[in-house]
This record gives sequence, structure tokens and C-alpha cells, in this order.
Amino acid sequence: MKADKKKEKQRVMGRLLTYLFSHYKWQIFLIILFVLVPSAANVASSMFLQTVIDSYITPALKSGALDWRALLRALGAMGGFYAVAILCVLGHTQLMAVVAHKFLKQIRVDMFNKMQSLPVKYFDRNTHGDIMSTYTNDVDAIMQLAMGCIPQILCSVIMLVFFLAVMLRYSVWLTLIVLGGSALMIVATRFVSSVSSRNFIRQQKAIAKTEGYVEEMMNGQKVVKVFCHESAAEKGFDAINDELFDCADKANGFANILGPIVGNIGNLLYVVLAFAGGAMMLGGVKNVGLTGMGTLTVGVVVSFLTMSRGFSNNVMQLAQTVNAVVLSRAGASRVFALLDEKPETDEGYVTLVYAKEDENGNLTESSERTERWAWRHPHNALGTVTYTELKGHILLDDVDFAYEEGKTVLHNVTVEAKPGQRIAFVGSTGAGKTTITNLINRFYDIADGKIRYDGININKIKKNDLRRSLGMVLQDTNLFTGTVRENIRYGRLDATDEEVEAAAKLAGAHDFVTRLPEGYDTLLTSDGANLSQGQRQLLSIARAAVANTPVMIMDEATSSIDTRTEAIVQAGCDRLMRGRTVFIIAHRLSTVRTADVIMVLEHGRIIESGNHAQLLEKKGKYYQLYTGAFELD
Amino acid sequence: MVLKTLAKSVREYKRPSVLTPVFMTLEVALECFIPLVMARLLDSLYGDNMRPVIKFGVILLAMAMVSLVCGTAAGRLAARASCGFAHNLRHDLFYKVQNFSFGNIDKFSASGLVTRLTTDVTNVQNAYMMVIRMAVRFPLMLITALVMSFTINVKMACIFLAILPVLGISMTLIILKAHPIFVRVIKQYDTLNESVHENIKGMRVVKTYVREDFERNKFNNNAESIRRDFTRAERILATSNPVMWFCIFSVMLLICALGAKFTVETFGGFDGDTPVWGKLSTGDMASLFAYAGQILSSMMMLAMVLVQVVMASASAKRIAEVLNEQSDIVSPENAVAEVSDGSVDFCGVNFKYAASAEKNALENIELHIKSGETIGILGGTGSGKTSLVQMIPRLYDAQNGVVRVGGKDVRDYDLQALRDNVAMVLQKNLLFSGTIAENLRWGNPDATPEQLRHAARLACADEFVSSFPDGYETFIEQGGTNVSGGQKQRLTIARALLKKPKILILDDSTSAVDTRTDALIRKAFRDEIPDTTKIIIAQRTASVQECDRIVVMDNGRIDAVGTHEELLASNAIYREVYDSQNKTDENVQEGETHESR
Repeated sequence: MKADKKKEKQRVMGRLLTYLFSHYKWQIFLIILFVLVPSAANVASSMFLQTVIDSYITPALKSGALDWRALLRALGAMGGFYAVAILCVLGHTQLMAVVAHKFLKQIRVDMFNKMQSLPVKYFDRNTHGDIMSTYTNDVDAIMQLAMGCIPQILCSVIMLVFFLAVMLRYSVWLTLIVLGGSALMIVATRFVSSVSSRNFIRQQKAIAKTEGYVEEMMNGQKVVKVFCHESAAEKGFDAINDELFDCADKANGFANILGPIVGNIGNLLYVVLAFAGGAMMLGGVKNVGLTGMGTLTVGVVVSFLTMSRGFSNNVMQLAQTVNAVVLSRAGASRVFALLDEKPETDEGYVTLVYAKEDENGNLTESSERTERWAWRHPHNALGTVTYTELKGHILLDDVDFAYEEGKTVLHNVTVEAKPGQRIAFVGSTGAGKTTITNLINRFYDIADGKIRYDGININKIKKNDLRRSLGMVLQDTNLFTGTVRENIRYGRLDATDEEVEAAAKLAGAHDFVTRLPEGYDTLLTSDGANLSQGQRQLLSIARAAVANTPVMIMDEATSSIDTRTEAIVQAGCDRLMRGRTVFIIAHRLSTVRTADVIMVLEHGRIIESGNHAQLLEKKGKYYQLYTGAFELD
Repeated sequence: MVLKTLAKSVREYKRPSVLTPVFMTLEVALECFIPLVMARLLDSLYGDNMRPVIKFGVILLAMAMVSLVCGTAAGRLAARASCGFAHNLRHDLFYKVQNFSFGNIDKFSASGLVTRLTTDVTNVQNAYMMVIRMAVRFPLMLITALVMSFTINVKMACIFLAILPVLGISMTLIILKAHPIFVRVIKQYDTLNESVHENIKGMRVVKTYVREDFERNKFNNNAESIRRDFTRAERILATSNPVMWFCIFSVMLLICALGAKFTVETFGGFDGDTPVWGKLSTGDMASLFAYAGQILSSMMMLAMVLVQVVMASASAKRIAEVLNEQSDIVSPENAVAEVSDGSVDFCGVNFKYAASAEKNALENIELHIKSGETIGILGGTGSGKTSLVQMIPRLYDAQNGVVRVGGKDVRDYDLQALRDNVAMVLQKNLLFSGTIAENLRWGNPDATPEQLRHAARLACADEFVSSFPDGYETFIEQGGTNVSGGQKQRLTIARALLKKPKILILDDSTSAVDTRTDALIRKAFRDEIPDTTKIIIAQRTASVQECDRIVVMDNGRIDAVGTHEELLASNAIYREVYDSQNKTDENVQEGETHESR
């Protein structure tokens, strides 16, 4: 189990890096190259001082005169090297800024693109808050890694390799001691950072919880006031706040002490090396270096000690990045989980095309927009194509459906809608009204039975084409940030301004839109917060009207709007429904009354069906509903 | 001003806040001395006995131990101080908001308050930790390194003085240029996330209209424009790196050149084999090299601290706004704690929501309701129905005129006492995540299961609650999404009834309830709580027609008051509403016309 987990962690990190490297191969290559040069310059400058002292100052002390020309030549050479190094720093930091944000954009866009292809089920299973936090917190964590840690890690690793090589050159024995010290640092880092990163991950959750609680209470603040519930709300908040404090305190506390601990292990190592070096010199132990064997001289020990400091400083720098790496790994694993979700499958091959009649009166495809539509049905075996006119005849034949296997929520549902008919579904909450409409547009797939659209099994129809033939007015209006015009045009992107206005007039929205400060160009934000509920509904009707589909699914709104607006909405709906096949999830008896067929649902079964007069005569459930004994909900 | 407000929330974390820089100072001091001791240790290696090596080694070890203790303490305390400060800030913000009046809440949106309590506090927390740890550390390191280099050689140290302004000015320029872009980008980033949220919420619409590709394009464009701006800002900030390296390398070259000159010019010759140094030794040059790194990197880090503080200052300002907001409705001193009866009087009341609003939401209201009376209120959207009833539990204060409950001015009551006696079911009825019983107990925390049941029965909620497998222990999801609109409304009525109020206000609270249940609830009110004053706002005339009196509101004024029959005969608005809801259909007989929504 534990090994699996570890493997999984490595896999996530590896995948993240592959993701990064595969897209930006040459940039990353250049960055590494550019990081090398300044690191080398940094090391060279400490040696350079020694050179200046040994080759120019010491001879000058003896001769009494400094050879300025030679010194300036050396300084010039070094200056040239520095200039190259500075250019490399400029290069790698600029490249890093470019690459990091390209990478982040790539992740975001990939996530979003993937999300568009996911089935509706995914959005039922995951709360909006959870999905959102992948876009915000998890991507932010990866950003931290990309912007801050990766350059740091690159730099440190390169320096470590360099120092290691130099140290080995001086003395293998002393290097072994350094490696032992480094092992101690790694153990300490692992221990401390495991506590802190565990708490950082806990903190992420605690923050989400705080956010959830605060959001609920702030939205319900008026209820809190009316019920004098302030102190109870405060108590609830205190508990959550305390928990957040606890994990934030632990996480940051342990993260903060990592530096001093590792740094002082470095100091300890320094002392141990000095002792060991001194003892070895006194004891005359043979030194083994990469350049050969020999006695350990003071010069070697002194130089070695300086190198060991550089080495442990870089280990410390690496240790500081551990928390960010752990957090970004947690974030990355959630990002990948989203990217790995199975997209909506579609085996359909029947497509929707504009239709016209050819000279013989047969239906054929038209490349231009016409007022008629046809289903293009290719027959692979025969190599032929047939066209069926889109009429809007829909048949659900003995359909069963379950959201989760084994928990059937619809049983033996049979509904037939002839072209132009209005079918109303009534029944209490949870009876299955919305579920039926979600099957027609294949938001969900049925478990058993058949759904036929103009005689074609809807499984054969390409999902996008199926949905294009179905308009929808949902209870939750869901407008998008943008102008009123753009929101209506959402129904059909190539609609002209005239068509948009005509649709608004049909829906009854034109009047109020023209009264808005900027008319059709008024900007709507946060789901049309600046409009009333009734106005939002009118826009959503207009949006469906501009799509002008032969079949329409309407989920009437239940929310309370005043009598006058309701009459306008009602009239808009009526005009929209004219001449179309319509499925209505009805909440108003006036709508139900005029339907051609009324389906009364209870616990996922159709218990009564017929028109208004027939059902009243039956004196069954519908009669009770109609006389006000039950809620239409 | 902002700082002063926020500082009040430090409270019990003053000690760690002060101790952190103290320990930090000690750690920095040790960090400066440790290299000196290390140099001594190196020098002692040249001798041929271990005694001095051991001596300096032990000193160094001791210093490392102290440094470890100080560093750990500073780190630990900094975390405690900053997390504690954030904890207190959240606490103060939340408690402050609990004290807000409706007017205050309207001023800050709910989402604005959420951001302040989460993101803004986190920003301030991080900046605070940065300040108490680093704002001491880096200036100290800068100063010690400077002082040390001056003690070595004044002329050489002037190299640093010359280079510091170069670094300082270029860093300032870079930050000044990058900061506004960052501020803008962060806003854009919020908009991007907002649009993702919109997409998730509207996923069914997206799929219905087959707009996946359209949405992808839209998102791609937004993400691209953010990428462009973010990259621009980041690139400007990244120029600080080469500038920094330029300064370091220039300093090193200058030290080599000028150092060589000084050393040679002031050299005192050899005393035997031992060199007699003048104003500068080769060892001093090595030290200056080390200090150069320390000085410049401290400058750099200081600049970064500054950036973070500047970034957090916007958050701090937003937090202070809430903390400094004065609640405009508070209980008076010597408040009346007892509401004697359920009578309500409006005497010449004028009211508007914001002082700057042109139009009054309520104009010259004169209405007297006797205790135990049932009053219906009817009117279109924006006619002032809700505004009118919100004056009774003093959710808002009138600009002119007086509202009296039980014969006393509402402003004389203790708020809790007043609101405990005036139960109001809001139009936007909300349930909270928790069980049904927990939600009902908002009305009375000590209610027995019997009392819950009784209240639920009055509100016609007992039947459906009992039909749930878990009954009163059924868990309500956030926002009450797992019960229907009608059920939610009935539960909120039951919740209000549990308060046993003297005045009960229903603000359009039965709109999703069927007509029969609506009638049953009203009957229960009549039979079971006859002494409670009931004020019912409704859209349906059927919901108010049996009230003792019906108030017709229009445009913030009372248009008419009377019984159903009187209004039907005399009031145009009332008649219009009644007619539109009672159109007879040829298919239905008169007696069966029960409209339901």
C-alpha cells in the first residue's frame, strides 16, 4: 500500500515534469545552459580572488610595484566572463518567466478543454467549489513550483554537482564526511517537512471549510439577524477558525524551523571537518583525491572547508523547496485527475443538416442555411445515405433509467410526442420529471428501452447534432458575463442583430431590454445579478427562441415573481412553444391545462396520462393536484 | 489608520510578535560572528597542534547550538504570531459582521465579505510573518556587513556605498513599473476564475446549445491575455536578477582592482617572513568579498519584502474597511426588554435604503395594527411591501416618523428582545446545512422534539418530514437543495413559529406551497395562535382574502386598506390582481378554480 502510494507520488511528479519538458524542450535546454554559466562565474570569482592575490599582489609585495597592465588584463578577462554571465542570467530569468506562464496557460486551457467534454454526471458528482479549487488553489500551487522552485532546484543541483566534484578532487575521505552530514540534513528535512507539508495540506482543507462556512453565513446573514442567531454563528465559526489556526501554526512553524536546523547541521559539519582534517594532518593519514594520493596539506583542508560550506548552503536551499514541491504535487495530482476523466462518449453517426428539395422533390442536403432540417443517415454496409426530415416526433419506449446502477429511478416510461404536441410532466419533487427530459438530450443514457427521434434511435445520432435540434429553457437561467445581445445570441452564434431583436420581441424581453441603460449592449455580470428574476427568464426564453429548434424542453421556474411579470413570461413561453414539439416540466396549472398530453409521475412511474378533461374525469391523482390538494413542484 | 485598526487584532500574540525579531536579531548576530570564528579555526589549522583547533571548534559548536535555538525559536514564534494574528483578524471580522445591520450588510456584498475573511486575511498573514522575520533580519545583516567592512577599510567600504544607490534605484524603478501590472493581472485572474465558475454553473446550457467549442475559444482568449500580461509583469520583475548580478560582479572587480592597489601601496615590507600589512591585507580582501555578497543579497531580499507588503496593503485596507464600519443599528442604553403586546404602529414613516437614493422606498406611511390582528399586504414588485415589514423588527431605521411595537418606539427596545418577539420569514428563505431539527431549533435552541413537531404541524411540514427515512434528523444540504421550494418554505415557517413570537411576519412565504396547504396553514394560525399579530405578504389574493384587513401597496405608499370585499369593490389595483388570478376557464366550473403555482 505504502509503496504504491510512493510510486503514485513519483508518477505525478514525473508526469508534471514531462508535461513541462515535452512542450518546451529547447527553452528548458537553454535555461539549464544559462543557469550553468552564472553558477560557474560565481565559483570562478572566489577562485579569481586567489589568482589576483597569488599572481599579482604577492609578487608586487616582493617587487614593490604592481604590474597594472597584467592585472587590468586579468580583470578585463574576468569582466568579460561576468558580462557573459549577466547576459545568461538575463536570458534564463526572462525565458523562465515566459515558459512558466505558457506552461500555466497550457494547464488551464487543457483543463478547461477537457472539462467541456465531460458528461453532466461529472458535474453532479463534484461540487462547483471542488472543481473551482482545482482551477485556483491547485494551479496556484503548480505556479509556485514553476516560478519559484524549479529554477532554485536546477541551480542548487548544478552547484551541488560542481562542489561535489571539487571536493572529491581535494579529498575523498573528507568528502565522505560531507556526504554523511548531508544524509543527516536530508533526514532532518524529511522529518520536519513531512510534518509541515501534512499540515499544509490540512490547511488547504481547513481554508476550504472556512470558506464554505463563511459563504453560507454571509449569504444567510439576514436570516441570522432575524433569528438573533449571531452568537451561535460565532460559536460555529470559532471552532472552524481554531482548527485553521492549529494547522496553519503547525505548518508554518515547522516550515520556518527547517532553515535553522539544516543550516546549523552545516555548521556542525564544518567543525567536524576541521577536527577530522586537523587530526588527519597530525596523524599523517594518506589523503586520496581524484588527482591522486598524497599527504593532506593545510591548504587542501582550508580550501575543502570553504567548498563544504558552499555544498551545505545549497543543500539548505534545496530543503527550503520541499514544502512547495509537496503542495504542488498534491495540486498536480488533482489536476491530472481532472485531465484523466473519461469524456462523454459518442458513437453517433447520424448528423443534422440543412435540407432542401431537389428538382425531383426528394430531400437532399443544402450547404446554405434553409428553414428545414434533415437527419443525414449514412449506411456503411450499403455505402448509401438517406435523409429523414426533422419533424420533432419523439418516442420514449419502455424506458428504465438509473443514476447509479441498481437504483432505478425511472420505470417503464413510455411517452410519445407527435410533431407540434405539448407534453406536460407533473408530479412532486423527485418523481422524475427532470430526469426524463435529461434522457431526451442524452445528458444521461438510458439503462433499458429505446428513445426514437423521427424514428431514429437517438443513440445513433451524434450528440451535438441531437442537442442542436433541442432547445431548452431551464429553471436556473444561467446567463453569462457579456452583453444582453451576446447572451441572446448564445442560442445561435450567426444570428444577425435583427434576428436577436426579433427573438427578444417574441420572448417579450424587448421592452425591458430597450429600457436598460445601454439597451442590447448592457453588460451583464455574475449571472445577470443586475436583472430581476423575471427579466432573466425572459432572456433565457429569447435565447431559446433565437436557436429556433423544432423541439423544446421547458422547465418552468418556480420562483416568486409578481403577477404582472409572470403574465409577460407566460405570454413569452406561449409564443415560443407555438408550432414546436414541447416537453414541459410544469409548475403552473394554466400551462398544464393547455397541454396535449399530461403525464402524471410518481416515484419514477407514469401513473396517469391523458389530456386535462380526461384526467379530471378520472378523479385520480391529477384531480387532487388540480383541486389544490397537492403541490405541483 | 489602517495599521492602527489591524494592530488591535494582534492581542495575545504581541509577545511572539515582539520576541520573533529579538531572536532573529540574536540569530543574525551569530550568523555574522560564525564566519569570523570559522576564519580563526582555519588560521589555527596552520599550527601544528590540535589545541587551538579544538578550542575554536568547541566555540563554533556552542555558537551553532545557540544559533539553532534562536533560529528555531524565531521561526516557531513567527508562525505563532502570524497565524494567531490571522486567527484574531478572522474572528474580529466575523464578529463584526454579526453586529452589522441590514444596511451595513447591503453595503458589503456577501462575496466581498467572504473574500475579506479568506484571501485578504491570508495575504495579511503572510506579509505579517515576512515583516516580523525578515524586516529585522535583512536590515540587520545589511548594517552589520556594512559596519564590518568599514572597520576593515573605509575607502574600500565606499565601493558599497557607491553601488547601493544603483541597486536601490533600479529595484525601486522595477517595482514601481511591475506593481500596477500585477494589480491588474490579479484582477484579471479573478475574472478568469469567475468565468470558469460561470461555465460550470451553466454546463447544461453550454451542452444544450452545443457551445463547448465557443466556450473553449472564449476561455483560451482570456487565458492568453492573462498569460501575456502576467509574463510582461514577471519579465519586468525578473530584470532585477541581472541587475543584482551586475552589482555583485562590479563590486568584486572593484575590490580586486582597488584592493590590489591599496594593499601594495600601503604595504609595510616583510618582517622576516611575516608580511607587515598596511591599510589592507589580502585576508581583508577575502572578507570584503564575503560582505559584498551579504550586503547585496540583503538589499535584494529587502526589496522583495517590500513588494509583498505593498501587495498586502490593498488587502489590509479592505479588512480595515469592515473593522471600522460602525453598525448603524444598536441597542440603546437602558433598553426596554419586554414587548407588552403585538400591536404595531407606523406614524408618518419615510424611509430610503441609502441616504443618496433619490426616491423614498416608503413614503408617509400611517398604519395602525392591533394586537392579534391578521393583516394581508399586496402589491407589485418594488411597491414597498418588504421595506414596510422590515421596519418592524428594526432591520432598518426610518428616516422620519416612528415605528412602534407594543406601544413603544422600536428604537427603545433591546434588539434581541424585539426580534425574539417579532418573527419574520424572509422572502429569500434559507435553510442551513445541518439536520432539519437543527434548522428548526434556530427558532428556539431548547425546543423539545415535541415542540418541534408541534411547530412543524402548524406549518404543515410534519407530514413530509415524517415521510423522510431519517425524519427530523434528515440532513439539509447547503442552501437546502435537497428539499423542494414548498417544503423549504414550510420549514422556514415552522422555524419562525418556534420563537412563539408576538408578531409573525410572512414575506411571500407560501408562494411555492399549494393552495390547500396554504389555506391549512392559515387556518392553523387562526386556531392555534389567535393572539399573535400576523402580517402576511402575498402575491395571491387567495392568500390574503380572509385577513382582517388588507393593505394594498403601490410605489412606496399605502394605496388602500380594507377587507377583501371592500377592496374588490373600491380598489383598482386589487381588482386587477384578483381578476388576473381568477380568470374562469370554460372547461372548469367556478368552484374548482384553484390557481396554483
